[in-house]
Amino acid sequence: MSEPLFRVANVTRYHGQRIGCRDVSFDLRPGEVVGIVGESGSGKTTLLDCLSGRLTPSSGTIEYLARDGTMVDVFGLPEARRRLLMRTEWGMVRQNPRDGLRMGVSAGANVGEPLMAVGARHYGAIRHEAETWLGRVEIANDRIDDAPSTFSGGMMQRLQIARNLVTKPRLVFMDEPTGGLDVSVQATLLDLLRGLVVDLGLAAVIVTHDLAVARLLTHRLMVMRQGSVVEEGLTDQVLDDPHHAYTQLLVSAVLQP
Amino acid sequence: MTAMIAATALNKTYILHVQGGTQIPVLANASLAVEPGECVALHGPSGAGKSTLLRCLYGNCKPDSGSVTVQHDGGVVDIVTAAPHDILDVRRRSLGYVSQFLRVIPRVPALDVVAEPLRALGQPIETARIKAAELLARLNIPERLWKLAPATFSGGEQQRVNIARGFVAELPVLLLDEPTASLDAENRNVVASLIMEARARGAALVGVFHDEEVRHKVASRTISIQAGGVAGSAA
Repeated sequence: MSEPLFRVANVTRYHGQRIGCRDVSFDLRPGEVVGIVGESGSGKTTLLDCLSGRLTPSSGTIEYLARDGTMVDVFGLPEARRRLLMRTEWGMVRQNPRDGLRMGVSAGANVGEPLMAVGARHYGAIRHEAETWLGRVEIANDRIDDAPSTFSGGMMQRLQIARNLVTKPRLVFMDEPTGGLDVSVQATLLDLLRGLVVDLGLAAVIVTHDLAVARLLTHRLMVMRQGSVVEEGLTDQVLDDPHHAYTQLLVSAVLQP
Repeated sequence: MTAMIAATALNKTYILHVQGGTQIPVLANASLAVEPGECVALHGPSGAGKSTLLRCLYGNCKPDSGSVTVQHDGGVVDIVTAAPHDILDVRRRSLGYVSQFLRVIPRVPALDVVAEPLRALGQPIETARIKAAELLARLNIPERLWKLAPATFSGGEQQRVNIARGFVAELPVLLLDEPTASLDAENRNVVASLIMEARARGAALVGVFHDEEVRHKVASRTISIQAGGVAGSAA
């Protein structure tokens, strides 16, 4: 079995006196998708911000096996190296696509820009790659020069995914990637994400409060409550046979359509 | 002979925290061992714990104590204590599950739903689809439906898609939770032949079959399950 790609040990983050997340540890292997579930305020987003290098933990370590084969301590790196790592090897899909896209430039530029940031210079090649990715996320080619502000919510979210995956990251963080989209658009996006994760062998950390999304996309689940992980395990085991009172409450609260 | 899958001294009590901590004891010291070519039928009244036992074997139910060992990759894996990624690897290559209900993946055509377990084993899409098509045809799913997502299929059609998906990879251990529940006589016979062919190639199967005729046809022995444990075994 392959080595962990990402190793999280005892990560704790305080917001002043209040606890954001407490003592979280897990490993992630290449191709593995872990879900973090729990209701609003349970510390999911704080944890995701720490994991993705945006928020320095109060204590604990986060290590990542870089492309060059070295295990790096993410918060031990100089700021510039960490930024480079986040830009070249990681992706971050936000709930609100407006936070992850540049709204003032065209769809094509949104996908092409990250390529230029990692050193691509040939305009034709960048344009071609952008077209390929727009196709993969099912955005028609004749929209390549349109600004994302003219797109629907679902299209914007797909564009954000293309912007994140175009640089072929090995690890992607997603914060409620289907939140705020209507159900039929969610289905399309879920199917797309699922396919991309499998085809590209991505490792991913997905925060969601939607257990159906978690079941479809993740291999493992961590259930958070008041900043702590109260239960974790194989996704179908956690959902079909929840042990902790809080997980049982979450599972039983789901409406079955 | 070595068992392909064996459960030893499984205990399981559901504790319903949301309902005042009600305790429901389901399995008490349940054990079973299945050898290559066998199909063991679990039999007993509803609520006795047949599905719980099956789910413990598959790993989506976690017993309070006991072990579930599966032959995998030349060794043995204990599903109760294995790490999630190891369980997923066992499921990909050694341990299959056919439930009554298909968990539909939005937009994926029936043919690809069935081909997916082969894709996960690294087979090229063309080969996987050919195999998937053969099984769908055997299970009498009309070809015009193959390109459609099964969400709109009838219950029986969805169940047959699920059966095809469960059998396509010819895994060495198969768990069957009422695979013939809503099928007509013709399709019940197809499923029975699939089970007999799996036995012939040396697979070990454990199943719950409410249909007595099917059970008699496919099972090499029946284990009777009473509430709270595995009671006895009959050939």
